[in-house]
Amino acid sequence: MRHLMNPLDFTVEELNQLFDLANDIEKNPEKYAHICAGKKLATCFYEPSTRTRLSFETAMYNLGGTVLGFSDAASSSASKGESVSDTIRIISCYADICAMRHPKEGAPMVAAGKSRIPVINAGDGGHQHPTQTLTDLLTIRSLKGRLSDFTIGLCGDLKFGRTVHSLINALARYENIRFVFISPPELKVPDYITEMLKEKGIAYEEVIRLEDCIAKLDLLYMTRVQRERFFNEEDYVRLKDFYILDKSKMNLAGKDMLVLHPLPRVNEISVEVDTDERAAYFKQVQYGVYVRMALILTLLELAC
Amino acid sequence: MLNVGKIEEGFVLDHIQAGKSLSIYHHLQLDQLDCTVAIIKNARSNKMGKKDILKVECDIDMLDLDVLAFIDHNITVNVIQDGEIVDKKELILPQEIRNIIKCRNPRCITSIEQELPHIFVLTDPKKEIYRCKYCEEKYGERI
Repeated sequence: MRHLMNPLDFTVEELNQLFDLANDIEKNPEKYAHICAGKKLATCFYEPSTRTRLSFETAMYNLGGTVLGFSDAASSSASKGESVSDTIRIISCYADICAMRHPKEGAPMVAAGKSRIPVINAGDGGHQHPTQTLTDLLTIRSLKGRLSDFTIGLCGDLKFGRTVHSLINALARYENIRFVFISPPELKVPDYITEMLKEKGIAYEEVIRLEDCIAKLDLLYMTRVQRERFFNEEDYVRLKDFYILDKSKMNLAGKDMLVLHPLPRVNEISVEVDTDERAAYFKQVQYGVYVRMALILTLLELAC
Repeated sequence: MLNVGKIEEGFVLDHIQAGKSLSIYHHLQLDQLDCTVAIIKNARSNKMGKKDILKVECDIDMLDLDVLAFIDHNITVNVIQDGEIVDKKELILPQEIRNIIKCRNPRCITSIEQELPHIFVLTDPKKEIYRCKYCEEKYGERI
């Protein structure tokens, strides 16, 4: 029995198989419509997360399975002081697979250690969110046709953004990826990430302004720059516009550059960009469902 | 100069960083053993200037070498039999340490889950970096 705790739990080869399955699901949804009939997914969400929970639920319903669970800790036994270990022992008696989100980092790993059913980490605090990374990789592979040989710009809060760190770690396993980190100095990518890239001989550069590098990007991964992350208001006001993607910046970009975003978007991508063919962030949401369907099938050993 | 006599059976921990011997005494749980222990602080050392030494009269099996290696793998462990050094144990950083140090990340599951062991894993042997098994928080400083 396997669990998914970290995007690196799967080898590159295993990920390719998963993405092949996701693409087959995309092309032939009817083939998979009843494959999980009689199976139950437990969504144990100790903190609210509408998009991730609905994506998991949609994935299971699309496979013909059913869903049970809770969507915040207050409506679970955690409010009575039950441990994660005990909760998963109980859930193991009710469901066939579990997706767990928890504000405490490492909680899904504790659950996996006591579980009789596969556990998927659906986000644990600021630590890991592996199905977001799988979503990002599947989107890139599906729309670009490859997971190697490109320049990716990651823009915004690169210091605290867990999706960014996971994506860098995941892409570092593929050939000929060049990273451009676009952020204010306060929100630079952490040293341990750049040290890892140096050790692996992977090219990267750090820039402050998106306009200075957008022309050479094959992919642009946007994240939100939050006001509260800045040391002072003056710096925030000075720098915030550098990280808002609008039509004028898109005009500087290549015609094939894709724009991704883990969502929710606030104001870092102007709505005028939504109609641009290069905007892929809503397609990314759809790929999130496909990859979760493929993951459920793989962990339940129902993949054909 | 203070003289501490030889021991017949047991071990001598030499080249302990000056001032660390009491910490090691507690982490090896020597206070729970019914045996003779000599704690020598600030002894003169050609190599280190000052050093601490621990002499313990007990079976070598009672010593947790993993804990010792985690605390300081430069410590020399001399095994004593019949008053002579019969072996020197090499200390190797353990792959995993359990319930020696606690994760200080307040967002870690270890902060709320009952009776969950605190486990740290050696993630970078070159830089001697241990990370919490659950949240991957780096353990910053040695004991």
